[in-house]
Amino acid sequence: MTPNNAVTANSGVSRRNFLVGSATAGGGLLLDLSFVPAVKAAPGHEATATSTLNAYVQINPDDSVTIFSKNPEIGQGIKTAFAQIIAEELDVDWKQVHAEQAPTDAKLYGAQFAGGSLSVPMNYDTLRRAGAAGRAMLVTAAAQTWKVPASQCTTEAGVVYHKASNRSLKYGQLAAKAAKVPAPDLKTVSLKDPKDFKIIGQAIGGVDSPKIVRGQPIFGIDVQVPGMRYAVFERSPVHGGKFGSANLDDVKKLPGVRNVFVVSAPDDPPPPFDGMMGPITDGVAIVADTWYQANKAAESLEVQWQQTPFGNLNSADYPQQARKLAQNKPTKDVITKGDPHGTLASAAKVVEAEYHYPFLAHVPLEPMNSTSAYKDGKVEIWAPTQFPGNNVKLVAKTLGIPEDHVTIHVTRSGGGFGRRLSSEFVAQSAIISKMHGEPVKLLWTRLQDIQHDSYRPGGFHFFKAGLDKDGKLVALNDHMITFGVGDKFTNSGTISPTEFPAQFLEHVSIGMSALPSSLPTGPMRAPGSNALAFAFQSFLDEVAHASGKDLLTLQLELLGEPRQMPSPKGGFGPPSPGFHTGRMAGVLKKVAEVSGYGKKQLPKGTGMGIACYYSHLGYFAEVCQATVDSYGGVKVNKMWVAVDVGNQIVNPSGGLNQVQGGIIDGIGQALHAGVKIVGGRVVQTNFHDYPLIRMNEAPPVEVVWVKTEFPATGLGEPALPPALPALTNAIFAATGKRIRTLPINPQELKSA
Amino acid sequence: MSYTIKINGTPRTVDVDGDTPLLWVLRDVLDMKGPKFGCGLGLCGCCTVHIDGNPTRACITPVKAVGERPVLTIEGVGDTETGKKVQEAWLALDVMQCGYCQAGQIMSATALLNEKPRPTDADIDAAMSGNICRCATYTRIRAAIKQAAGLDTKDSRDI
Repeated sequence: MTPNNAVTANSGVSRRNFLVGSATAGGGLLLDLSFVPAVKAAPGHEATATSTLNAYVQINPDDSVTIFSKNPEIGQGIKTAFAQIIAEELDVDWKQVHAEQAPTDAKLYGAQFAGGSLSVPMNYDTLRRAGAAGRAMLVTAAAQTWKVPASQCTTEAGVVYHKASNRSLKYGQLAAKAAKVPAPDLKTVSLKDPKDFKIIGQAIGGVDSPKIVRGQPIFGIDVQVPGMRYAVFERSPVHGGKFGSANLDDVKKLPGVRNVFVVSAPDDPPPPFDGMMGPITDGVAIVADTWYQANKAAESLEVQWQQTPFGNLNSADYPQQARKLAQNKPTKDVITKGDPHGTLASAAKVVEAEYHYPFLAHVPLEPMNSTSAYKDGKVEIWAPTQFPGNNVKLVAKTLGIPEDHVTIHVTRSGGGFGRRLSSEFVAQSAIISKMHGEPVKLLWTRLQDIQHDSYRPGGFHFFKAGLDKDGKLVALNDHMITFGVGDKFTNSGTISPTEFPAQFLEHVSIGMSALPSSLPTGPMRAPGSNALAFAFQSFLDEVAHASGKDLLTLQLELLGEPRQMPSPKGGFGPPSPGFHTGRMAGVLKKVAEVSGYGKKQLPKGTGMGIACYYSHLGYFAEVCQATVDSYGGVKVNKMWVAVDVGNQIVNPSGGLNQVQGGIIDGIGQALHAGVKIVGGRVVQTNFHDYPLIRMNEAPPVEVVWVKTEFPATGLGEPALPPALPALTNAIFAATGKRIRTLPINPQELKSA
Repeated sequence: MSYTIKINGTPRTVDVDGDTPLLWVLRDVLDMKGPKFGCGLGLCGCCTVHIDGNPTRACITPVKAVGERPVLTIEGVGDTETGKKVQEAWLALDVMQCGYCQAGQIMSATALLNEKPRPTDADIDAAMSGNICRCATYTRIRAAIKQAAGLDTKDSRDI
């Protein structure tokens, strides 16, 4: 089945072409297909070996080059950045390059997902080698043609030269021959010296942008499949509520409605709090000729949902419940070292504070949607997704079919922020298509999006810090109250033993306990960090004030001499080299210098705050200047940020956009965002009661890149976490009032 | 019921209920996917089109309310002098992240520049605050509007 619209995932290249490596439909040739590393992967590194099989480069007869980008594009710019990396080593002119979304195929591409700011760190080296391998094959083909040693051949901008004999051949002329050349060993293929880069490091516009400004159909919501109907899917407002009864027959009679039926969840749903891996839950599907008709019919649907154990939960009760729980010993000891309690008891000064942040919804602007065509035990799906590999698994399980009977075409996503790491919306469209018997496009409303998210979990921190007689921080306790059941904690609602500054203190206790939650949760842009940065960096600002110094000075003292700290265990993605104190000190000093932190005379009601945070392997320090008016209104005047993501920014234009956007996103969260839960359900419905930051509130953001000689790391997430405490610390500097609960409540800041 | 509406200069006839929002007529009946669905309540601006030159939220505009007034969408705005400049500025400054809201942003920006060819930062705030960008590309949207207007792209609010 072929969609009418130009969905990039299905542009005439089938899986078969990649696997057999023969001529493509367009007459072009795929290079370096399925090449297996000459050296067998070491035991325990098989996954790495799989990811080096590649199918990234296609040279077309018109001398253009199609480069396949393996990971989903959600606005982080990866389709452009990956094409840049491959094109650089392939040694073509950027004007020749046409970037395409790669098919979903774990055997060819390894893990395919957009998350954890991991696309660059996990793929940078592999993709360079894939491009370099393609170049090597073209060089070999030219050398064979000319009967000269390959070592005498050079390349530039898509042409192979033999300068000694003044001969040259374009890549397009060599493609057929090159495709028959044995693939070189990826491990030893020669790479460019980074100082010779012409494409990596260039500010190149997004490859899909010309289509976007003309309104061309490239998003999931734009997919059109022949014979397609439209579906809406109504679920219990309390997550996981089972279907009871409904006026299905009345709804079936409404205009345009083709079908109304109940979809039942599997009988053994896992605990409700894992939204990322969770299954579909019960719902009523309405299938109609147009989406407007389906959605209008849904207004007449009346469903009695069965009660769930979570129907009595209210977020307004959480602070009191958390305080009660915090008086007990933590359910889980995350780290205890030294004698934290004894040190606190004998401290010259104890700083004690309670911090709270709410559940958050992701609200990407393109609502959840997925188009599925089920036929004869197989299903083909077009979806804006961050995690096609997971989608395949849940779809296969939900439909009871083998995973290789599920084909997922990844479309461009209208924002992700972690929301599209979940798979339930994809599985819903697949089961609705199967049960209805025709292709369907499922589209959620904004209300459904806000009320059925995999939320960023809320949390509480009960801090105690001990200072000695010289004002030195000597002990830190944090009892984190998160959500979950017993010692099974909700997805993205945990803390690590290396949370800063635990590694730099002798006496530390960090523990967790859980309140029950009715909401599934999952990763949201800088998961964990987006909440912990606010709590820890705000509390450290309190500690700094209590010890008579500013937070910049305190953090530099804690960091001490430049050194690599031991790497934390576990985690998601490649092994971390560990936190480097010198890199963090470097960005702190730099942002203080460019912003004038601590050195500016500011008017009454205006203050500057500083914060830093290490997440996703990136080192970020930020300064906020904010003004609070007499009504408690907060205006962010400017943000400064110093960024250390290593030795290479693949695309400085996209990178700058990510950093500025991430910081403004963080400011918006601090000012506005918080989900309210009443009776186990989320009560907000749309952008009037779940507001996002808008143009008039978005401050100027000045970005300073601090380049260091460490491997390049990702930029999609780590700019966000320090923005929130930089703002709340600026508010303290402006007003003397400490923000300990998010979102910021202007009532607490009133001075009139 | 049958309605004939003039879209990007061409009369198009559709057979839908009169209360069907213009957005869904464009997207699902006429297969013009440029205007986007984001909220359905006129709160995010993704669906912005021009009706008789005014930026209008197509998701809350019933097709029966359009009447004789010309509709201009993202698919047609590049054929206008201002719209073309705005699209070019958007590309030159690489405004987009996910790009989902940008059709609406471009339509609002074009309407602003048609009304005020030399907008101030305050004008931009007033005209553009009905359009949400979840990726928060506001810095570049602001600069691109000024570039399209032939103004210095510097943010006058910067300190």
